[in-house]
Amino acid sequence: MSPAIEERHETRDTDLGDEELRARLSRTWGSARGLIGILSTVDHKIIGIRYAVTAFVFLLAGGIMAIIMRLQLARPDSHLVDAELYNQLFTMHGTTMMFLFGVPVGEAFAVYLVPLMVGTRNIAFPRLNAFSYYVYLFGGLMLWGGFALSIRPDVGWFSYVPLANLNFTPGKGPDYWAQMITFTEVAALAVSVEIVVTVLKQRAPGMTLDRIPLFVWTMLVHSFIIIFAMPAIMLASSMLIMERLVGTQFFNPDAGGDPLLWQHLFWFFGHPEVYIIFLPGTAFVSAIVATFSRRPVFGYLPMVLSLIAIGFLSFGLWVHHMFVTGLPEIGAAFFTASSMAIAIPNGVQIFCWIATLWDGKPVLKTPLIFVLGFFFIFVAGGLSGVMLASVPIDTQVHDTYFVVAHFHYVLIGGTVFPLVAAVYYWFPKVTGRLMDERLGKWQFVLAFCGFNITFFPMHLLGLHGMPRRVYTYPAEMGWGGLNLLASAGALLFFASFLLMLYNMIASARSGALAGDNPWGADTLEWATSSPPQPQNFDRIPCVTSGSPLWDQGDDNVVVGGLKVDERELVVTSIREARPDIREESPAPSIWPFLAAFATAVAFIGSIYTPWAITWGSPVVAIVLVAWFWPKTIEENV
Amino acid sequence: MARSVIDVSGLPTYAFGSRVTPWWGTFSFCLLEGTGFALGIGGYLYLAVTNKDWAKDAVPLSLLWSALFTLVLVVSALPNFLIKRAATRESLRSVRLLLLIMSAVGLVLIGLRIMEFSALPVRWSDNAYGSFVWLLLGLHGVHVLTDVADTLVLTVLMFTRHGTGKRFSDAEDNAFYWYFVVLSWLPLYAVLYWLPRF
Repeated sequence: MSPAIEERHETRDTDLGDEELRARLSRTWGSARGLIGILSTVDHKIIGIRYAVTAFVFLLAGGIMAIIMRLQLARPDSHLVDAELYNQLFTMHGTTMMFLFGVPVGEAFAVYLVPLMVGTRNIAFPRLNAFSYYVYLFGGLMLWGGFALSIRPDVGWFSYVPLANLNFTPGKGPDYWAQMITFTEVAALAVSVEIVVTVLKQRAPGMTLDRIPLFVWTMLVHSFIIIFAMPAIMLASSMLIMERLVGTQFFNPDAGGDPLLWQHLFWFFGHPEVYIIFLPGTAFVSAIVATFSRRPVFGYLPMVLSLIAIGFLSFGLWVHHMFVTGLPEIGAAFFTASSMAIAIPNGVQIFCWIATLWDGKPVLKTPLIFVLGFFFIFVAGGLSGVMLASVPIDTQVHDTYFVVAHFHYVLIGGTVFPLVAAVYYWFPKVTGRLMDERLGKWQFVLAFCGFNITFFPMHLLGLHGMPRRVYTYPAEMGWGGLNLLASAGALLFFASFLLMLYNMIASARSGALAGDNPWGADTLEWATSSPPQPQNFDRIPCVTSGSPLWDQGDDNVVVGGLKVDERELVVTSIREARPDIREESPAPSIWPFLAAFATAVAFIGSIYTPWAITWGSPVVAIVLVAWFWPKTIEENV
Repeated sequence: MARSVIDVSGLPTYAFGSRVTPWWGTFSFCLLEGTGFALGIGGYLYLAVTNKDWAKDAVPLSLLWSALFTLVLVVSALPNFLIKRAATRESLRSVRLLLLIMSAVGLVLIGLRIMEFSALPVRWSDNAYGSFVWLLLGLHGVHVLTDVADTLVLTVLMFTRHGTGKRFSDAEDNAFYWYFVVLSWLPLYAVLYWLPRF
């Protein structure tokens, strides 16, 4: 090595002044321009934004499906869409909202924010992160591409057998559905592993376990739930596709199989899935409530313990989705009890947030207003959930609109309201500009009224006996009035999202400049510029408190001694976050994109012939070897 | 003004075991893949309990190939342990030699698994029992195949100029994953080969 190169490699952050350090780090950690550069980036912020934008596009698509269904149901005996298309619409709506929006949008925020909040320069395994995004994108494009080409799943978002078997549903719709599951679950599992490792090993020095922001704790528990829940659905969807493609007999009662096995595997994933979607919502709420109350969340320890309890309990509930399948009574009683038990840690969280607001000085900005909306709607959904946990009530209203009302209160109340709050809250960090407050408040009025006008009448419709998944109903049932009301509400609710979209676009162009910390928040993502530089932090912070930006004041203590011209980050010990290693973070690479592409071709091919896996695997393997093979000798040291 | 209070310039750039991030990545993947195995076994047992004709369907599998497979697999834990140790000591000669041995062992195991499949008395399409036998053997087979492919690539890598520094940590990590392949087989072996005999 020439002395010049050696010197370049040895420059440390302690050798440079602030401005030169920022410029050089930004070169080291930046992404290249051009198509190859765009597809090669491993910056968690760029990948996080891509995840979020893609998820919002799918939200819009799923929302349009919902609007078409509401228009159809607005009056009795309507023929706007026929039964076949209606089946496809509710299948695509549910599938898109759960798998292409609900799960990925939580990951989007985790991927963007967790590395910033723990004070590191990139997510762990950044190339895997890039790979996961492309796999998710290809999975979503495959499902919607199939839809455009009239290959449309129409057997519901949980694709029950025997309806989803080849005998009852020929064609490729359920196969596209099953492979889309594989795509999105591969992506979700990859992100979870990255988040777990980032939180455990890349926290800034001094961020001991009891100083981890609640947002980050929540995302850690969320990732563990994914790690233990998603394998169930991957196994199940692979079994379904094998049943349809090569004639296995897992679910065929005539050959020793059992259709209920599908339901068990699906709901072993499907109930934790509710918490997979809901927990990011609670992460947003914890961050926003603290900031706008001007005090840390009341009861840090009970909050963390509740999160962990929710994580465990979420795996003990799945059978309550199967109360009408003829289970032994003792089993049903157990799952009723566990379903009620999970209300306790959820309740603890709600009380802690309320106590925080009570004790603080709440500032009613748009993010907090949406969080207040969340309290109201989510608690209402939780209460109808406690009702449904009781077997007699569940048996009565099973597969009626009461259930539709319940889970929309939980999922939209628990996830989408906090999500909108989160968009308003972190938009200035991502873009450097604040969103418009006046439009935000109008959006809240539209969303809150629209949501309740849409979904509250569904409780009544369900109690009046209106079943789910019917494309129309006769006038003499007397359901017309409430349905019309619900449809009008749906239009209002949809309009609230269009208003948000407008606000985002307009504010990104000409919103008020935000500065580093517009809300006066306490966590580390606000300690850096808005938007953050590629390196996140010019100097890695040292953490001495659970609310570093409030408690550490102007005493900016940092880590020194990292190389400036290499992608070095600090790996710390799990419990006490003591600095242990200067690990090199992988550089941008096109191979993750190519690996995702090869994987996608193999997966899609396998819908048509099992040989696609045989021929596709060596190609994927070759690409993976190219991905991992060291490109320079320096990478080894 | 930033005040540097911790100097990390003297810290190492790689280490071994649970100190490094790849170890935790591998550990997490073991957790999720282990969950997959557990659920697969759960599904098998579920049908064994609920299906009253299960005993008729569950033809016991031949013990020959699986016994050889299990024996070689369990014994392979020894060279695997030695690789971990040699890698931690950064002894290039030993790591190269042991990786060659593990590659050979891996190829033998793949051969034995192929023999096993060709000797199975049921097809995946015969009944649900057959489907599960193929699924579970296949699922584990994919793990064997993946780690053997990884071992082969790593062996080649250690014979190039890259066989230094951090790559010892990779070799250790690969050995860690092999333990998972060994351990996850044992419950599968018990369920697939011995349960139908009782």
